[in-house]
Amino acid sequence: MARRNNIWASIDWLTVVVYLILVFLGWINIYAAVYNEEHQSIFDISQRYGKQLIWIGAALLLGFFILLIDTNFYVFFSWFFYGLVILLLVLVLVAGTEVNGSRSWFLIGGFQFQPSEFAKFATALALSKKMSSFNFRLSRKQSLLQVLAIILAPVVLIMFQPDTGSAIVFLSFVLVLYREGLSGVVLFFGALIVLLFLLSLLVPNYILLMVLFVGALVAHYVLNLRIRPVFRGLLIAAGVVSTLYAANRLLDAGFSNEVVVLAGTLACAVGFTVWIARLRIRRSYIVSLLFFASVLFTYSVDFVFQNVLEKHHQSRINELLGIQSDPLGAGYNVNQSKIAIGSGGFFGKGFLNGTQTKFNFVPEQSTDFIFCTVGEEWGFVGAGVVMALFVYLFIRLIMLAERQRSVFSRVYGYSVSIILFFHFVVNVGMTIGLMPVIGIPLPFFSYGGSSLWAFTILLFVFLRLDASRLDKLV
Amino acid sequence: MVTGIFIAVGVIFLGRLFQLQVLDPTYKEYATNNVLRKVVQYPARGLVYDRNGELLVYNQAAYDLLVTPREVVRFDTLTLCSLVDITIEEFRQKFQEARAYSSYKPSVIVKQISPEKYAVLQEHLYKLKGFYIQPRTLRQYPKPLAAHVLGYVGEVTRDITANDPYYQSGDYIGISGIEKTYEKELRGKKGVKYFLVDVHNRMQGSYLDGRADSAAQIGKNLVLTIDARLQEYAEQLMKNKKGSIVAIDPATGEVLAMVSTPNYDPNLLVGRQRGNNYAALAADSLKPLFNRSLMAQYPPGSTFKMANALVALQEGVITPYTEYYCAHGYHVGNFTVGCHHEQSFRVENSISQSCNAYYCYIFRAILENPKYGGVKQGYEAWREYMLRLGFGRVLNTDFANELKGLIPSSDYYQKYVYRNARWRALPIISLSIGQGEIGITPLQMANHTALIANRGYYYIPHVVKEIEGQPIDVRFKTPVSSGIDSSWFRPVINGMEKVMQPGGTGAMSWVPGISVCGKTGTAQNPHGSDHSVFMAFAPKDNPRIALSVYVENGIWGSTYAAPIASLVIEKYLNDTISASRQWLEKSMMQANLLNPIQILRRGEEE
Ligand SMILES: [Zn+2]
Repeated sequence: MARRNNIWASIDWLTVVVYLILVFLGWINIYAAVYNEEHQSIFDISQRYGKQLIWIGAALLLGFFILLIDTNFYVFFSWFFYGLVILLLVLVLVAGTEVNGSRSWFLIGGFQFQPSEFAKFATALALSKKMSSFNFRLSRKQSLLQVLAIILAPVVLIMFQPDTGSAIVFLSFVLVLYREGLSGVVLFFGALIVLLFLLSLLVPNYILLMVLFVGALVAHYVLNLRIRPVFRGLLIAAGVVSTLYAANRLLDAGFSNEVVVLAGTLACAVGFTVWIARLRIRRSYIVSLLFFASVLFTYSVDFVFQNVLEKHHQSRINELLGIQSDPLGAGYNVNQSKIAIGSGGFFGKGFLNGTQTKFNFVPEQSTDFIFCTVGEEWGFVGAGVVMALFVYLFIRLIMLAERQRSVFSRVYGYSVSIILFFHFVVNVGMTIGLMPVIGIPLPFFSYGGSSLWAFTILLFVFLRLDASRLDKLV
Repeated sequence: MVTGIFIAVGVIFLGRLFQLQVLDPTYKEYATNNVLRKVVQYPARGLVYDRNGELLVYNQAAYDLLVTPREVVRFDTLTLCSLVDITIEEFRQKFQEARAYSSYKPSVIVKQISPEKYAVLQEHLYKLKGFYIQPRTLRQYPKPLAAHVLGYVGEVTRDITANDPYYQSGDYIGISGIEKTYEKELRGKKGVKYFLVDVHNRMQGSYLDGRADSAAQIGKNLVLTIDARLQEYAEQLMKNKKGSIVAIDPATGEVLAMVSTPNYDPNLLVGRQRGNNYAALAADSLKPLFNRSLMAQYPPGSTFKMANALVALQEGVITPYTEYYCAHGYHVGNFTVGCHHEQSFRVENSISQSCNAYYCYIFRAILENPKYGGVKQGYEAWREYMLRLGFGRVLNTDFANELKGLIPSSDYYQKYVYRNARWRALPIISLSIGQGEIGITPLQMANHTALIANRGYYYIPHVVKEIEGQPIDVRFKTPVSSGIDSSWFRPVINGMEKVMQPGGTGAMSWVPGISVCGKTGTAQNPHGSDHSVFMAFAPKDNPRIALSVYVENGIWGSTYAAPIASLVIEKYLNDTISASRQWLEKSMMQANLLNPIQILRRGEEE
């Protein structure tokens, strides 16, 4: 019993305070976003702000109980939670309610429940459990595959719903793996493949090709530390491409720009490779190889996309990637979001004075685009404060994670910080036009019981682990 | 490293926020455009009265039916179409256009629904979600009078909306007549109400509690100088004739009547049939839309003689007693200007007898005036007088589309007549009798007559007497001098008086009890029969009316123009036509010069 009394003293109250502030700010901004004259009371439970208050109350209660429970419970039941979530993710595909074309929700008596929100928590637990196990070494192939399986199982199930936004969040676990010793090379190749895959669908191929070529030259410089061949290569490539371009125009040969750039760049790359081979600069072979592999990969993605996939699959993927998905014309949502935030100015329009969010110009203004209300009504100052609070929370969590003595707690702490961070980057980045439109909530801010509870559980379990970090090694 | 990423992202996001919220002002403008919806309040156009307070133009309510496509729910198309009197195909097309424009913003789908139809439509409106009514006003005319003076209104063109921010597509604007020249006064000022709207364009209340709104101001009423009864009478006299009457009060420059025939009923250019009617009028070979009073330029013929006499007297090249002999015309070598006298003339009877030879002599004397040292310089001095007498330039009236007529510059003659040769009087001697390269509008001739009536000055002719609560332009209150001494007018006016007396060319149009001073003329017409021209003022002392009358293809001034002018004068001064002249009134009203056979027969009789 003595130990339990210590819990309250060793809790990181700073984090709790930041959490409470964020939740409170979220609540009043939801009030402002969906405010209407007929229901002026912020406690009116027929409105979203009233409901959010109930969710907040429940979340605080939940957090309280989480702190009461012994840490061993979470460690011991990690696999159980993980298994339960996987089961729910399977069940939701069968018994879930279809909303906007995806089955992500259970609807139980007017109550909505989204298992993918809790999957992050369960996956973090399972990952911590696995990585803290006795003979686990990330450098070992088997360990790596196990970890990847733990991460990818929920991802695949969530993709079936489909809910790409939630699935993408699991990518952030890669950063946790990196902290735990995952080779930078794996990280690099993984990132490269994902990046190439996305870019090959988002950006015209020939632009990507030019970027790759420049990238290869830069890599060549990094590996050999000789700048001259890089400049020469750039000049030759520019010369060849523009000569081909001019010839195409003058002779009226009718090749598209894409073909011209492709031919020019590839010719230069081949020449460059031959030159490298003759000078026997071994270290640059890999660069050339990587370049050709990337080009091949880019075009094969494109080929598969255009020729293998059927029309409705294509549009599905386009929609998921935020391409051509706006019902009111390209970029409508992001544009309205930027207008709302931009019109806030330095000091903002004041509480309840935001016209863009109040009159529904911004879509999803109480959920995914809640940050617009902050930006519009509280201006640069308010948005800056909210961002600072978030960034402080993430850094604080990393600090807490680093002071853990158990691998389990550290991995879990990193997971919490990085999952929250990932949500923050994607969500806020989307509202200010720096990220594609991917519908994931802003932690603690966005309206909704499921996400608030899931984030609360995620955070408070870590606070509980942290509170007893000195007790014993887990 | 992870902490570094957090901070880097935080800094990047903060920079982006700074750019969006502080540096870039465009998002603030977009935001305003997003939520503010302007609802225009259309004021009624000003009313127009004649000089005696008779209403000439008023407004009638009409209703535009607007639709916001997005808000439309299922409704009975057939009923709606029958209510507003359009076909289903028309309706569908309009609806498509509206949707193509915007599904959120209202577009006009049926224009100018009459109050009667609106009354019925109103009862069904609650079933027609997404349809709205916007009240507008249409011009109405109690009598089909003075169409050219009043002009008409129409929808603004793209040109106008592009150049004048006041106008929005669909607004009405004065296109001709006083509707055009007094557009600013008549239109009033549109009001604006600002509302906040949500993303579905639904009103969410007023903006700034209405502090930014402005109320519509009704257009100002105008009182015209036109005498509606005289106008109506003059129009009756000109029925079935092509031509023009312009009558001016010389003491003020106020235009009492302005007729251009053929004319049209101004009510035709109002309402939903406006487009069709306009096309029909525009296609009419008789050109009813053409305002001859301002835009037809006739050679003045003998009505030009007073001007030449006055210049000769002013220049001192003749005195009232100077005599020239008419030997059946004016002869220089082989050159002849024909006439029908064999006697000497002084200024006075040269006018009453309209002797051509006399004017050849004096015109030559003006051009060869030694003080100018050459014919060219003499011509330029003469032309200067003509401009001051109100010819060859715009008078700066308040009529729209006033033309300046033609008094050629010396450069013109240098280029086309003399070329490299020396200037001589003979090649342009026909100017002395108002023929050749001269174009004078009926308005200019009426103004010239007023100038003679005033013995040397005129007030710029104008058609608006009062603007509600606002004085008319000061230029209409300022006399314009001709540069001719008033004393020189006595012989000229005496001659004009004799025109109407036994033996004069206008004797047939003598008005008992009124001393009318007039002058007949024949305007040469290269395309057919000459035009009958008459100018006159009355009474001789303290004149109250000065006018010019043109009857196209009427040949002699004395046949149509003079009798019509005398009737207008008599009507204006006496209010009734004396019994002895009622046959003349009847004959003039019945004369149909649009009938080619009658024109031919008349020509033979002369
Ligand atoms: Zn004669």
